[in-house]
Amino acid sequence: MSEDGRVSERVQTEALLTIPDGLYETIRRHGERTYPHECCGVLLGTSSEDGNTVEDAVEAGNTRTDSAHNRYSIAPQELIRIQRQGRERGLDIVGFYHSHPDHPAQWSKTDFEEAHWIGCSYVITNVEQGTAQVTNSFLLNGTSEEDKRFEDQRVVVAKPALSGGVRDETRC
Amino acid sequence: MKIFIPTPLRVYTGKLNTVEVGGATIQEALGGLTTQYPDLRKHLFTDDGKLRSFVNVYLNDEDIRYLDAKEQTAVSDKDSLSIIPSIAGGY
Repeated sequence: MSEDGRVSERVQTEALLTIPDGLYETIRRHGERTYPHECCGVLLGTSSEDGNTVEDAVEAGNTRTDSAHNRYSIAPQELIRIQRQGRERGLDIVGFYHSHPDHPAQWSKTDFEEAHWIGCSYVITNVEQGTAQVTNSFLLNGTSEEDKRFEDQRVVVAKPALSGGVRDETRC
Repeated sequence: MKIFIPTPLRVYTGKLNTVEVGGATIQEALGGLTTQYPDLRKHLFTDDGKLRSFVNVYLNDEDIRYLDAKEQTAVSDKDSLSIIPSIAGGY
């Protein structure tokens, strides 16, 4: 990654982010509700070699009240509570979501520098003038702070089991 | 006492999300953790033995940075430590 935050090439991971359509819409609507501020939350689910599967999305408070239009931060105490709730349900933290008000759904230099949950999916929604547009997912891959990298991750939005199958796919 | 391991570090604990350690203080407990799983050390600590800036450690629900005795705080079997890497960002 260059000093100005740009990457010379994009990499797409084979690992998918699978999310039920109800939760997909929930995290997008969250960004609309908090507009013009960034929303943020935690994705709970399970991980496998195929990727991360989301089973719940938990809203979190944005502690960056000083600059909420372009910054977010989740308090560790809140993560502990959410992680505990997940553990009781047999779920892990598999990712995080936040919104970019009037800004592309692409990770920024700040997003990258502040990303430390290797193996997790970072989901970003562009909320344009109060309406959710594109939602993209980026897998934080690597083995350490020194070789971590974001990789574009395909999002599979799944219908409920009753209906079966996959409604559509959003390729980022 | 239990130490809860966050998702990104479980690759170093044999995929365990909870590790049992002994120790009378936070420092001893964390030392026990990195003795059991030496690969964790560089992900938690700098070369001079301090917690990395983005690694938050909570004793039950309290950030250990703000405890009077910090890492020397006494712990019991009923306590737990949670390791929580920071989560933040923005455009």
